[in-house]
Amino acid sequence: MNTNTTLTSARNMLKRFEWRQNIIYIGFIAVFALFALTLGDSGFSSPNNLMNIFRQTATISIMAVAMTYVIAAAEIDLSIGSVAGLAAVVSAMTINSLGLIPGILAGLAVGAVSGAISGGLVAWLKVPSFLVTLGMLGLVVGVARWITASAPVPIADETFITIFGGGEFGPIPGLLIWVVLAVTIGAVVMNKTKFGRHVRATGGNLVAAGYTGVNTAKVKFTVLLMSGMTAAFAGMLYAGRLQSGRFQWGTGDELSVIAAVILGGTSLFGGRGQVVGSLFGALFIGLINNGLILAGLDVSQQQVVRGSIIILAVALSRKK
Amino acid sequence: MPTNAAPAIEMRGIEKSFGANPVLKNVDFSVSVGEVHALAGENGAGKSTLMKILQGIYQKDAGAILVSGAPVEIADTFAARKAGIGMVFQEFSLIPTLTVAENVFLTNEPTKWGLINDSKAVEQALEIFREMEVQIDPTRKVESLPTALWQLTEIAKALAQDAKVLIMDEPTASLAKHEAEGLFALIERLKAKGIAIVYISHRMDEIYRIADRITVLRDGARVMTESLKSVTPEQIVEAIVGRKAAAHLEHKDRSDKITDEVVLEVTDLSAGPKLQNVSLKVHRGEILGLAGLMGSGRTELVNALFGVDKPTGGTIKINGKQLQISSPKQAIKNGIALIPEDRRAQGLVLDHAVTENLTLPLLDELRAGGLLSNKKILAKSQEIIGQFNIKAAYPGIRVGSLSGGNQQKVVIGKWLGTNPEILMMDEPTAGVDIGTKSEILELVREIADSGKSVILISSELPELLSVSDRILVLKDGRVSKSLNRDEIPNEEFLQLAIQGAA
Repeated sequence: MNTNTTLTSARNMLKRFEWRQNIIYIGFIAVFALFALTLGDSGFSSPNNLMNIFRQTATISIMAVAMTYVIAAAEIDLSIGSVAGLAAVVSAMTINSLGLIPGILAGLAVGAVSGAISGGLVAWLKVPSFLVTLGMLGLVVGVARWITASAPVPIADETFITIFGGGEFGPIPGLLIWVVLAVTIGAVVMNKTKFGRHVRATGGNLVAAGYTGVNTAKVKFTVLLMSGMTAAFAGMLYAGRLQSGRFQWGTGDELSVIAAVILGGTSLFGGRGQVVGSLFGALFIGLINNGLILAGLDVSQQQVVRGSIIILAVALSRKK
Repeated sequence: MPTNAAPAIEMRGIEKSFGANPVLKNVDFSVSVGEVHALAGENGAGKSTLMKILQGIYQKDAGAILVSGAPVEIADTFAARKAGIGMVFQEFSLIPTLTVAENVFLTNEPTKWGLINDSKAVEQALEIFREMEVQIDPTRKVESLPTALWQLTEIAKALAQDAKVLIMDEPTASLAKHEAEGLFALIERLKAKGIAIVYISHRMDEIYRIADRITVLRDGARVMTESLKSVTPEQIVEAIVGRKAAAHLEHKDRSDKITDEVVLEVTDLSAGPKLQNVSLKVHRGEILGLAGLMGSGRTELVNALFGVDKPTGGTIKINGKQLQISSPKQAIKNGIALIPEDRRAQGLVLDHAVTENLTLPLLDELRAGGLLSNKKILAKSQEIIGQFNIKAAYPGIRVGSLSGGNQQKVVIGKWLGTNPEILMMDEPTAGVDIGTKSEILELVREIADSGKSVILISSELPELLSVSDRILVLKDGRVSKSLNRDEIPNEEFLQLAIQGAA
């Protein structure tokens, strides 16, 4: 290839760079630099603090991976926060009565069952996912409160606590490993497998995908099942890190997760899905939370600033 | 080219009914290897039903389908593609957010160790485009391509699935002239490769240009299959139209109702590539018919006059006063109303009551003390319902529950309530039954008789001929002919004028 064609192809790449979809990376660097400069004295850039940001956003990041698939398929899952809470209490209760392995399985089963219910209703009965998962949000948290009488369930099993959340493997926190694993698998499946391609085709043009032979109902069922199971996994990470199961774990997370996914460049209208973008969307939200706390803003001020930044960022990353 | 004597596709004695309504009656249709076979007929003649059976979207009630001489059951779209039948959809079947290569190989992706091999897909797509002799970058997202290239991408997608038969439904409808030329050249190359092509089109010049044989369907039956070398355009048009008894569509001379006063004068109006330098005059009391094929600029013309599409040049004068119309609101203020083509999408709020729909453009007049007055709304609605003989159980009923014809009357009533001077109607009788159709046509005459001017678009020529006082034929976004009603002896004459063959 001679210089001329190299130049042209570079120019073409630049021309085709979809900056709206990739604005999260620019925004992330900009906000990071801003905080590093202004909050350096408060310890923002200390390795300890940065690792903290990562740890605090781990559950959001992991749920955002599955939510990227749901939104890329032009669906939504509002029930993930509640599913995380129920999975946390169910696995805590089962560990205490039956032991470690049944506890893990029971937690995952919560996600599988609720995901299959939502997915089945959306895929085959064609109920809008917004309504189905809005219903599930209330239903699932109700079950969690009911079976625990709204009381926390402590976990004493050291292995569980080590695997899910609390533990460190050498210098690397376990949560970091889970996040890297989820994002890597998520990104590869989205970009390099038929399933990922079919998810984006379903969200991009449902009718065309169907006529081309994509089983769109199965795609919708699968993404919601994935989302439920991932939420259950995130609930167990909460339980491990906080050494107890409580129905409150995960409450409200759906909003942060959806914001992270949209910030990351996935279109709310479906058809696009950027898993790595979603990770940075989650980190971006964590960064802002952390920075605002260090800057000494009180909770109410934090909420105002955080809301404004998210609206701004989503507006910039939205589809033209 | 394979020397196989069997046709690429053969359909024998195909029957299909929807409920008690037969849409295909004992239809035979076959396409040879390397042949372009045109399929023609009026809307509702059964063309698309026949093709949907071939694609596995509908199931035939009786008959047989043979591919390369072997009988096949086409139970779904999947089976159709396996049998080598590819469709180039009129409404596109691509995923805009995926790249060209991703679309071409969707559900058919080349893989390596279970993962999609994108570079191989790009390579194979390039190979297909090379064979088609077209240049498209397979790594571009489809949404960033011009629509002409979408169609080529669809053809590539069909070829990638090894299609032996391609169905093209009005493929030039959305193409500019030079793009259509490119498509014809491509069709020639595909023919040479032994691919059989079903070419659905209303355009006579294209059919003669590209097709080897033509089959005409009328009212669900096959009325003609001929080589184009041995048939004249007149014969084809007669086969399409038939000799219809059309008493309800008799023309009534209205010349005494038309005044010399020019209400609307349009000079050199242009809007985008689909409307160029159109000039016309409409007199008070006159019904002007707009004829032309899909994409000829009829809809674009009324949209430009109504301010939906911004004119890029030319002038519009109403009652001698020059106006800039840049929004429907302005158009309405200046006495222009448009009853749009798709009444469900554009003309009505189906979930709302008849009263609410009827009075939506009139709310300013129906207030009492600043708030909307339900009494006034009901009174006004009942007035319009009576005037147009709208059959609704009660005024508050949901519009969506009315018959198609009555829905259309609600739309007409809604706009006439604004008391426009110029009423434009785009296909007002589409999808309504014969009885309502003649009622609507009679209504159009009454509206014009009351001193208003009407611009009417219709693809149903008998209908257009029965009400129009003058007909403007549009072709490729320009006025190709302006004919007084008495200059048009019969439907065939107008059909030929539209086709551009006369």
